[in-house]
Amino acid sequence: MSDMTANNPATPARVETPFQRFRAEFFESKIATLALAIFVIIVLLAVFAPWITPQNPYDLAQVTVMDGRLPPGSESIDGYTMWLGSDGSGRDLYSAILYGLRISLTVGLASGVIALLIGMVIGLVAAYAGGRIEAIIMRIVDLQLSFPASLVALMMVAALGKGVDKIILALVIAQWAYYARTVRATALVERSKEYVEAAQCLGISRARIVFRHILPNCMAPLIVVGTVQTASAISLEATLSFLGVGLPQTEPSIGVLIANGFEYMLSGRYWISVFPGLALLLTVVSINLVGDHMRDVLNPRLKK
Amino acid sequence: MSAVLEISGLKTHFFTHAGVVKAVDGVDFTVSKGEIMGLVGESGSGKSITGFSILGLIDPPGRIVEGSIKFNGEEIANAPENRLQSLRGNRISMIFQDPMMTLNPVLRVDTQMMEAILAHEAVSKQTAWERARDALGLVGIPSPEERLRAYPHQLSGGMRQRVAIATAFLNKPDLIIADEPTTALDVTIQAQIIHEAQKLTKQTGTAMIWITHDLAVVAGLADRISVMYAGRIVEQGGIDDVIDRPLHPYTVGLLGSVPTANRRGKRLFQIEGMTPNMLALPEGCAFGPRCHARTAACDQQPPNDHAGDRRFRCFNPHLAVEAGQ
Amino acid sequence: MTVFVIRRMLQALLVVFLMSVIVFFGVNIVGDPVYMLVSPDADQADIEAAIRRLGLDRPILEQYWLFLKGAAQGDLGDSFIFGEPALKLILHHMPATMELAFSALILAIVIGIPLGLYAGLYPDSRISKGIMAVSIFGFSLPTFWVGLMLIMLFAVELRWVPATGRGDLGSFLGIQSSLFTLDGLSHIFLPALNLALLKISLAIRLTRAGVREAMGQDYVKYARAKGLATRRIILVHVMKNIMIPVVTVMGLEFGSLIGFSVVTETIFAWPGMGKLLIDAILQLDRPVVVAYLMIIVLFFVLINLVVDILYSILDPRVRLQDQGA
Repeated sequence: MSDMTANNPATPARVETPFQRFRAEFFESKIATLALAIFVIIVLLAVFAPWITPQNPYDLAQVTVMDGRLPPGSESIDGYTMWLGSDGSGRDLYSAILYGLRISLTVGLASGVIALLIGMVIGLVAAYAGGRIEAIIMRIVDLQLSFPASLVALMMVAALGKGVDKIILALVIAQWAYYARTVRATALVERSKEYVEAAQCLGISRARIVFRHILPNCMAPLIVVGTVQTASAISLEATLSFLGVGLPQTEPSIGVLIANGFEYMLSGRYWISVFPGLALLLTVVSINLVGDHMRDVLNPRLKK
Repeated sequence: MSAVLEISGLKTHFFTHAGVVKAVDGVDFTVSKGEIMGLVGESGSGKSITGFSILGLIDPPGRIVEGSIKFNGEEIANAPENRLQSLRGNRISMIFQDPMMTLNPVLRVDTQMMEAILAHEAVSKQTAWERARDALGLVGIPSPEERLRAYPHQLSGGMRQRVAIATAFLNKPDLIIADEPTTALDVTIQAQIIHEAQKLTKQTGTAMIWITHDLAVVAGLADRISVMYAGRIVEQGGIDDVIDRPLHPYTVGLLGSVPTANRRGKRLFQIEGMTPNMLALPEGCAFGPRCHARTAACDQQPPNDHAGDRRFRCFNPHLAVEAGQ
Repeated sequence: MTVFVIRRMLQALLVVFLMSVIVFFGVNIVGDPVYMLVSPDADQADIEAAIRRLGLDRPILEQYWLFLKGAAQGDLGDSFIFGEPALKLILHHMPATMELAFSALILAIVIGIPLGLYAGLYPDSRISKGIMAVSIFGFSLPTFWVGLMLIMLFAVELRWVPATGRGDLGSFLGIQSSLFTLDGLSHIFLPALNLALLKISLAIRLTRAGVREAMGQDYVKYARAKGLATRRIILVHVMKNIMIPVVTVMGLEFGSLIGFSVVTETIFAWPGMGKLLIDAILQLDRPVVVAYLMIIVLFFVLINLVVDILYSILDPRVRLQDQGA
């Protein structure tokens, strides 16, 4: 009987919004909370990089080759300590990493958001139009998903060339199909529900079903796919830049930094590659952990 | 008649996150050689868990917490796994509910039948194969050689359940536990399967526990019947006694809800209320909240009463109520 | 069936054609290869001669038409840099890539499936949690970064294996491969492990999910009720059910391994066609880039075509569905 009073409708019960419940369940996991905290810190570091670094690594007046290849903890000619060492051209690695994160995060988030919007619109168009148009769109989606995203992105940079805008375009082309598939999967589930049939019998328009039922229902899976795909976009950009076909030296993302350090690694100067690598790692893994956990929270079927 | 199986005070509980589920909470019964015991109850009453407890197939978070299961005089409740393994499929066989799910879809019928023999006896594959073939013949499967080569999906549901029954009898066990073996089948096939099972128990002298939710099925099959409700046996006795003169109000309700030809046009009886929440059973009689004969005494746990070879757990047994009217 | 196969083949042909348009026009609007090919102090006449020699003076549509005509005869143009046919260059580098991808696939199966099996059987053990943590990392870590770490650890610090290049070739049954010499094996170990990492994680996840699902199935409980040893239940009943889907998926991943080998080959200076592609992109060697991409497209389309056709043979429902659409 005691638990009855707790749920007594007479007492003004706190009505939990879905978002509040999601938030409460999300922070139950220590690992996911930690991952989110790390990601927020990384974003803050990147945003405030110009104010919290001792050096603007791309202002040639502040960089001198005299500082080149110094191990972690060395003192620079200008008198500050290079906690993470310096690279081949004398840039302070700590500064270079924060500036690199700005570029990597910009590319990853921009391509993630654009791909999400494009994929969502295409998926909704397929769900709205149905019939032949849907069949053709899904055929293209399936076809593209049969190629690994990394290969599609590589093909695109081979065709488009280097540059921030071109990389973003390549990543959007490589990833839009994942979002379209997510929207369409939700549409299929929603459409098979009886209320949709009932709504159709009542003459409720297709547009209303798509925008009132399908769109809200696919927001949660879209956000989950979005986090994971953004992490993969950041990782892909780093890979392409490392291969030398992504961003040019003038826009040194984390991937470019790692590539620059690669030649020094065999001679034991590990820090030039390793520290940018760790920054990339923390970014990608923390986003993935957040995404993984969000999926578990949002998908009741997977819960124990 | 000698007792093949003697169960007393069996308690199997599941320790879940939400609380302790007392799926089986004090079950006693005896099965003698050649006897068919019908174990009747609605889903969740603990009848299947009782069957799995006998075989020692209770998985965590569940375990047998109390009681004794004597098989041919040997205590097998919580016996070591290797002892149980040597009994399973050998001295005690089990037939499951859904033949679509129990046969492994990627193994041929012969593999699945022969392994049941080879697991317990050092015989040649040839001998095992011949025994499997003969067993299929016994349950009325035409051209058994061909069926042995088939994969389960090539057989019909009734055919698969015959395979399961043949497999159960392969090692001439002393006891077979049949867990709703006909529920998933068409009515006409049901009758055939029941007939085969009955014939084989009589031929071999195997004892059988037939678990079902359907009183009509056991009425024509079992020698004795135990009715389970919320983890306990509420009524037990010879089949004719229980069906003709039920004592427990729950049994009365079950019998009243079976449609029969001679009550055509009358409204079927239905037991009020819902199946009990196993996590929050009432203090007293578990059936109390749904019982039409409920009195103040029912707030206590009714004792395991008996009259002759009949046993029941009720303060207000049905006949007494009728006599009083 | 024949109609189905012909339709699928026509679709595949259409895909290859569309990709050839995208790839050709895409690649041919990037940069100007002439400036990379003629020496900086070449005069206007030299440059024009080079343009004419490479056929770059013609309208792009005509260049594409010539490319298509050549492609139909197996001629994908000559490399600007090496002057050799692009197709010949790629085929020359293909065995090294195939050898790497094949080794990675074997590693993924040999390492991933047993680990996944363990994690699926004992989901709550510490070791299983460790395995799953490793597989999460395997999915999140960029391949090139893991490659760098492998080089640093095994080649630079421990000096167990060489960091780069392909070792001596051995010959066996007329096949030349570095898998047949000790030196070759020591060279291929790190790149193969690097390439396999993602697929090891995939194999672990697939196997674990499959095992967990299978262990909950009735046929496993039925096998236990037959008294089978745990070993036989896992190795025969469970593994046989999950091996088919797991191996199918892993086989499908072969194409993606070839795609991913671009990264691994660059890090480990492995002389395969992936490294050839990166070099070609950096040097604006258009015919080689186009030829590589066309071959990869063809490869993927063929894999998908074969899988589609195989599925339609194995599963009649796929065939019917397609005809209905």
